[in-house]
Amino acid sequence: MRNYILRRLLQLIPVLLGISIAIFAVLRLIPGGFASGMLGIDATPELIAQVNARYGLDQPVVTQYLKWMGGVLRGDFGQSFRSGAEILPEILTRFKVTAELTILAAVVSWIIALPLGMLAAVKRNTMVDRVVRVVALLGVSVPGFALSILIILILSLTLNYYPPLNYVSFFEDPLKNLEMMLLPSLILGTSMAGSVMRMTRSSVLEVLRQDFIKTVRAKGASERVAIFKHALRNALIPIVTLIGMQMGSLLGGAVVVEQIFSLPGLGQMTLTGINNRDFPVVQGCVLFIAFVYVLVNLVVDLLYAYIDPRISYD
Amino acid sequence: MKSFVETLRKLWADPMGKIGMVGVFLLLAMAVCAPLIAPYPYDQIGMRFQSPSGEHLFGTDKFGRDIFSRVLYGAQVSIQVGVIAVGIGAVFGYLLGLAAGYFEGVVDRVIMCVMDVLFAFPSILLAIFISAVLGKGIGPTMVAIGIVNIPVFCRTVRAAVISAKGLEYVKNAKSVGVKTWPILVRHISPNVVAPFTVQVTLALSGAILTEATLSFLGMGIQPPSPSWGSMLSEARADMARAPWVALFPLLFIVVTILVFNILGDALRDVLDPKLKV
Amino acid sequence: MKHLLEMRNLSIDLFRGKKLPPVKLVEGVDIDIDKKQNFGVVGESGCGKSITCSTLMGLLSFPLSVGEGSSLRFLREDGTESELTSLSRAEMRKIRGKEISMIFQEPMTALDPMYTIEDQINETLRFHTDMTRAQMHEAALEMLRKVKIPRAAEILKDYPHHLSGGMLQRVMIAIALINNPRLLIADEPTTALDVTIQAQILDLMNDLRESYDTSVIMITHDLGVIAETCEEVAVFYAGQVIEQASVDAIFHEAAHPYTAGLLRSVTSLGGAQKTLYAIRGTVPTAGNFSAGCRFAERCEYCQERCRKEAPPLAVIAPGHTCRCWLHPAQKEGTA
Repeated sequence: MRNYILRRLLQLIPVLLGISIAIFAVLRLIPGGFASGMLGIDATPELIAQVNARYGLDQPVVTQYLKWMGGVLRGDFGQSFRSGAEILPEILTRFKVTAELTILAAVVSWIIALPLGMLAAVKRNTMVDRVVRVVALLGVSVPGFALSILIILILSLTLNYYPPLNYVSFFEDPLKNLEMMLLPSLILGTSMAGSVMRMTRSSVLEVLRQDFIKTVRAKGASERVAIFKHALRNALIPIVTLIGMQMGSLLGGAVVVEQIFSLPGLGQMTLTGINNRDFPVVQGCVLFIAFVYVLVNLVVDLLYAYIDPRISYD
Repeated sequence: MKSFVETLRKLWADPMGKIGMVGVFLLLAMAVCAPLIAPYPYDQIGMRFQSPSGEHLFGTDKFGRDIFSRVLYGAQVSIQVGVIAVGIGAVFGYLLGLAAGYFEGVVDRVIMCVMDVLFAFPSILLAIFISAVLGKGIGPTMVAIGIVNIPVFCRTVRAAVISAKGLEYVKNAKSVGVKTWPILVRHISPNVVAPFTVQVTLALSGAILTEATLSFLGMGIQPPSPSWGSMLSEARADMARAPWVALFPLLFIVVTILVFNILGDALRDVLDPKLKV
Repeated sequence: MKHLLEMRNLSIDLFRGKKLPPVKLVEGVDIDIDKKQNFGVVGESGCGKSITCSTLMGLLSFPLSVGEGSSLRFLREDGTESELTSLSRAEMRKIRGKEISMIFQEPMTALDPMYTIEDQINETLRFHTDMTRAQMHEAALEMLRKVKIPRAAEILKDYPHHLSGGMLQRVMIAIALINNPRLLIADEPTTALDVTIQAQILDLMNDLRESYDTSVIMITHDLGVIAETCEEVAVFYAGQVIEQASVDAIFHEAAHPYTAGLLRSVTSLGGAQKTLYAIRGTVPTAGNFSAGCRFAERCEYCQERCRKEAPPLAVIAPGHTCRCWLHPAQKEGTA
């Protein structure tokens, strides 16, 4: 097991290097580099050259990359072009916000999706099943930002309630923090729930068709045992895979909801970075997101071995 | 052609298929006929924030533009971006998937590695990046969303090609000395059609969603072009005062994505009964 | 009640929609199983033999259901009689795995891959007894030894994917017998196994029968298995019993042309057959049965009457019934 984890971590190195090179190159393809973006209409060739020189942007791209990468390896992600602030501490602070949002949203989606998905599978082709499938279809179809706007619209019109705008961390004021997180995590959670529900329904149905379920029933098991102990456990692998992918993609994909609810998360930081042509910020964010994403994947793979005795990494 | 008619007939027999077909048809009709139906040009300025009335069916926005007309033209933009973006994704995905699945080996590994990296990013973040590089506006948005769509098509086609290659008749064709490309075209492509068609329909809803999101974030279609996403984003500030400005584009986004998803689901049930659960 | 199980006029319906009448997949089955009897059910795939046995377990599920007028009377452990077709789900659960148990065709897929062998044996005990963990462990260990599994203590900790098909079938037999059931249904228990393993499993089942008071219903398409394990046999064709007799009578005095055909199509090692015999045509599918004898289209002796009138199941000799116009009832009255 330990060897497997080590091997996987070693395999991450080329992937992350590849991503870092790709993102570095792509950023330098963005038309109107940092300097002209910052200077706006005042930009003259001389001023641009000055700015470029100041941030090292006049050096060859390879030199720039090596400098940046050297820093990253020593845990120094550099400073923001715009604010001059250190990037890594900023990323970590914002990661806490995004991670909290992701975990809350995931929990919401499980609470909604797992029971309903199983219910639909067990009550297949009944009214219950049809209702669940329509709900799941709605969940898959209503985009997060549309749902956010709709809910804000409804709350403001009926209760005159507006979600708080100034972020407070959980440790400062837990209640205020949860109030702030409530709507965004409910919204992301319901958006995620649609596909988890569908996956749960179809994989539980798939398992219920298998021979060993008949054996379990033949032993005199109640439906509860057949479904919760046997069908669910066997259906779990594809569900866990999907949940892992969803959580991974929320790291940057929550950008819209973060924007709407003014949550200072990673997605928002990346977006602002792109808009400002703030290269080191974007590079740092993307590399960090990619790193966490592959870590989440690793955790999911390790979970497989925990769920399914046929999978072993020894 | 016969199988196409057969598919439509089966779709029509399924209640969900019927809803999806009618819905998509209405949307297409709306988009195509926007200039005929729309009572005003989409950028004509008038009285601000008028609530819905006989004169302005969906009211007017902060510039006094008729929302009904803008929503209609917005359908044009959405469908146009969706179709072309999915077209780009489908064509390149198809070719890459075909190559990866057919040649295997190094070609396969290189193509799939690139696809995996693209796929590893949250699609919205990837779209934001690509449009940052390509610039804003309708053309770059289409290309950006198109690129985001390549991996999923590539995977679908590759999987279908690999499973088709295992079929006896394809092996036979090869063993009696039929040349490589004719096998591809004549024997493998028909096997790819069903999963591919389903994927196209589902990708359309995804592309329309991505366009709306990008435009909402200000990275996609730029005002005054009427995109549902950017209309919604503009409406946010005035939501308490004029909820209808936000409500109608929002409804249209949801309904559009919904009908494409319904059609895609129904199509999958009809074309690929194995997947039906 | 002198039998362990009495099936009367058993039929199984296939639901086709609210507007259509159901199709009868199985019809008019009357079979008695005695205590400690080994009863064989033989027929081609799709003839209804497997779903008949699922019915005994109460395991039919939509779109299948027990037809109207069917009766399944079962003599319980406590000496009372139960009508299986009208028991509540909870009552039926008490019987399943305790009084009636079942072995399936595919041992490789019949066990849950996620749990150990011990877990899966214990489950059967837990549903029906109040044993402690330690007691269950002992019982499971003893049972594995009875089904002649070597290294029983280690096997208990293994998962199904560690074991071979033959071993898994032994585990299945252990699970089926651990509660000392009154009736064991074996649905093609050897079909999926290698030939050498088949013989071992049949031997094992024959051995175990000595020490248990269990009646066995052996479902198979293989007459060789019947010859080796059973005393009485019913031949199914297209959802009906077409002949029933002792194994001796079936092998030596088969009356129905279908049974005779089945026997002729069995390859025997000693025989000097030049070509393998095959019954021509295929089984008609449920819902497409003609008004006459269901075997008529494939029968060598088919006459006018066979196509028009369905023959009844008639007693043609003591303990021997047959559904064929060639063999009129020995006396008045049908079985």
